[in-house]
Parts: sequence; C-alpha cells; structure tokens
Amino acid sequence: MACPVAKTRRHHDTARNLVTQIDYSAYDTPGRGRGILDVFRYHYLLRLLIGKSTSLRYRNSVLGWFWSYVRPTVQFLVYYLVVGQILGLHSKVPAFPLYLFSGLVLVNLFNDTMSAATSSIVSNKALVRKIYLPRELFPLAAIIGTFTHFLPQLAVLIVVSLLFGWLPSFASVGLALLGILLVVTFVMGLGLFFSAVNVRFRDASNIVDIIRTIATWSVPILYTWEMVQKVTSSHHVPWLFDLYMANPLAVGVELYHHAFWGTLPVVNDAQPRPINLDWPPQFEWHVVAAIGVVLLSLVIGQFVFRRFERSFAQDL
Amino acid sequence: MSTSLQPQPRIIVDHVSKWFSKRSTRSMKDAFIAAVRRQPVRSTKFHALKNVSFSIGEGESVAVMGLNGSGKSTTLKLVSGVLEPDSGRVLTRGKVAGLIEVGAGFHPDLTGRENVFLNAAILGMSEKETKERFDEIVAFSEIGDFIDQEVKHYSSGMFMRLAFSVAIHVELDVLLVDEVLSVGDAPFRAKCNAKLKELAEQGVTMMVVSHSKGQVKELCTRGIVLRKGDVVFDGPIAEALEILES
Repeated sequence: MACPVAKTRRHHDTARNLVTQIDYSAYDTPGRGRGILDVFRYHYLLRLLIGKSTSLRYRNSVLGWFWSYVRPTVQFLVYYLVVGQILGLHSKVPAFPLYLFSGLVLVNLFNDTMSAATSSIVSNKALVRKIYLPRELFPLAAIIGTFTHFLPQLAVLIVVSLLFGWLPSFASVGLALLGILLVVTFVMGLGLFFSAVNVRFRDASNIVDIIRTIATWSVPILYTWEMVQKVTSSHHVPWLFDLYMANPLAVGVELYHHAFWGTLPVVNDAQPRPINLDWPPQFEWHVVAAIGVVLLSLVIGQFVFRRFERSFAQDL
Repeated sequence: MSTSLQPQPRIIVDHVSKWFSKRSTRSMKDAFIAAVRRQPVRSTKFHALKNVSFSIGEGESVAVMGLNGSGKSTTLKLVSGVLEPDSGRVLTRGKVAGLIEVGAGFHPDLTGRENVFLNAAILGMSEKETKERFDEIVAFSEIGDFIDQEVKHYSSGMFMRLAFSVAIHVELDVLLVDEVLSVGDAPFRAKCNAKLKELAEQGVTMMVVSHSKGQVKELCTRGIVLRKGDVVFDGPIAEALEILES
C-alpha cells in the first residue's frame, strides 16, 4: 500500500491529484449501508430502539400493558358473538371460539406490525433527516417492538387452549413458531416497501389500511378453507384455491389451527369429523409457494427501499 | 496504516454535484389543473452544489462558510451520509459523527438517562463506552439530579446542554459541526468552544458550518467559501472571512 506523499493540501486543484494517490480501501462512502444485513452490526442500537418503542407505548396510561390483553379479548368476543352465535358457525365448526382465536392472533400480528412498519420512517423524521443510520433499522425496530405485543395475545391463546384440553407437543410448538416466522418475514418485506414509499407518497398508509381490512377476511378464520375450496371448484376455478392458499398469512393461520385448535380432543372426537381438521390438499406446495412469496416480498422490499432511501432526507 | 508517510485526508469531496427537485405539483389533481393551465407539471431542478471538490486532511479544522442557500449545509449532509451526491463522490476515513442539530434523537417522554444511552448509540457509541463516559457526560451538561427526570420537564437550555454533552463525548475521528453552538448561556457556550478546541488539539478533524465569525476564527485554520453552490475560495481562515464579507 504505497501512497506517495501528498503535496500541500491547501491547494485549490489538489483534490484531483490527491485522489489519484489515495489508498481507497481505507475509505467509506458515507450513507452507503449494506441493507438489512447492517442490522447485525447495529444490534445494540436496535435493542435500544425496540426498548424505546415498547416502553413508550403505554407511557401515561393507567392500565398500561393490560390493554395488550384487553384489545384482542374484546375483538374476540365481538367476533365470537356475531359470527359464532348469530351467523351460526358454531354448528359447523366444533370449538369455534378457539378456531377463531388461534387464527385471529396471527392476523392481529400481521395488521399491527404492518401499520407500525409503514409509518416507521416518517415518524422517525427528525433522525432520518439529520443523522445517517442504516434506515432499515426503523421498520425492523417497529416490527419487533410491535411483536412484543403479540406475546400477551399468544399467552391468552395458550391459556384458553389449555382450558379446552390442549396438550402442548413439540409439533404444535414447531408449527406455531413456523407461523410466526412466516408472518414476520412477510411483514418485513412489505414493511420495507411501504415504509419507503410512504415517505414520498403518503397514499401508502391508506393502501396499508385497506390491506389490513382485506387481511382479516382473506384468511380462514371466520370461515374454513373447505368452504373456499367448495366455492372455487363449483365455479370451475380450482386454481383460485391454490392462489388463495399461497398467501403466507393463510398458510400461517392454517399452521396455527393445527397447532392449537386441531389437537383438541373436542375437535378430534366431533361427529361428523370436520374436513378442515386435515391439511388442505397439496398443502406442502402451498407452504412452498408462501415461502416463495415471502422471499419475493423481501427482495422487492429491500430493492425499493434502497431506491427510495436516496431521497429520504429530501422528501421528509 | 502507513504512519511514516504523510497522513491521508479524512474527507474527500470529489467533483460533487447535487440537484434538488422543486416539485411544481403535489397531487394528481394539481397536475391536472397545471396541465390545463399550461403550467409546468413536472418538477424543475435546482442546482444546489456545482462540481465541488476539496479534501480535508488529518487533524485539520475547516470552516465551510457562505450565505444562506450557498450549499454549506448540503455539503455537510453529504459528508455525514444523510444525502447522496448526484454525481461525483464523497469519501471519509475513520469514524465520523456530527453535532448536527443535537437532540434530534431525543424523545421527550424518556428520562435524561435513557436519552443519553439512546442518543449515544445513535451517534455510534457502544454500551460499554457509554457506561464509561456516562458520569462525564452528565457532569459536563451540568444537569445534576434532573438526569432521571423525563426530558419534557427540562428547560430548553438543559435539553440542549445534555444533547450537546452526549454528542461531544462520542469517540470519533471526524467531527461535523453545524450551527448548533448557540447552545445554552454564555458560560456554557464558552465551555463548549473550549471542549471543541481541546478535541481539535487532540487531532480530531473538524468540519464546521457556522455563521459566527468569532467561533470560526478561534476554531478553524482554513476556510472554504461557497457561493451559490460553487467553491469561490479555499485557503487561510482570515482571507476566507474577508472574502465572505466582500
């Protein structure tokens, strides 16, 4: 690494001369991160950012974390009464409350992390405009911070399942973890995309609101996959069912049904045996497709994020 | 690396240009109306920096000066990495951190202590470094017992003092200073300037954007004068100040 002596640095036109004599390996280009991988280098900061969002969430609220339990419980009760009792799904699906609730927690996870991620860059405006940090940190911190509020819901689900006679097994724990992984990585991709687009086009947050509404109804929690299959095959569009099941959120919900609701004795002893106790036909391909969708969302999300990132400081 | 040779520059700004776009329409409705009225629909470009080149050597203290809108803050943002150049390149060597709008990372609902840790991490300090310097930071800020209060209860002076104190205790090679030194009262300002001088003497490279002549004169040896995105002077600070006034 020979670097010849530079002449006086004070000179006007030395910049060009200097540049030819410089060992570039020692230099960094400011503002150029390595994308999502930078997060590992900044894990300490990430931890603090997550801690900040979780500790601020219920600041100045009397009941605090209690709300993390109340909200899903109330939501569950409303669905239970309206869909279960009034629309009469109870007669079709044994242990319907648990069928509903085990899917609902995952949909809540998706919806909450989606909105947190989408607004993450805009709400950290002051930082993004003033100091360079790998900007992927913000959506990621938002997602993980919101994830902590999924845990109380999961706890409620586990308690209710135990009351229904659920016996935890390695298989159900594995399915539950896989479901979380699928949804969180999916939101990571979507979140990168929408948080970046939201900086220039605030329309993104409206689109995400619509996605959240659709998400609740796009997965088998208020109905069963079997109903979807019936409708699609009676209209001679069976491929539409496969498309429906390629949704990572739908796959995740089905994993949750099998992890919790599907292992209950009440459900397994029910007569006639519910069809959706089995996996949907060709479910293994649905899982593969869902993983493909997740990977695609990550690649596109990261790509778009990097394109938009260049002008974050100008657009905020 | 090559210690026997003359040290390489800390900052290289190499033929950098930066454009900003001035958007003339803000929504589809605006665009439609503008099109009907035959006004410009697409955004127009504004040339903020025009082919700017300079380099700042190890241990140098350089002031970047100019009137409002001359491009000095843009230059600083390019070096810090917040903005990217449209052409040319910016290179830095070593750890760069900035006193750019101190307090940007502060959250009013967190306590002073929490904010110190968060902001130190934002500026690139590790947990261990922050713990080691925590007492020093608090002592410098003269906050005292208020450190465990939420920052929203601070007076604006206290807030700025704490934020500044965190920023100045970051371990770094290059310090970028924006016009933030209107911090606190006169005694605290004097203390800050003394601290900056001490850092400069320790060999920290500095790039200062300031309107304060006195401060610049005391801190910097070299001045770069920008006018409408062009470098019009690069040389000793006394001459730079004269040119700025002319």
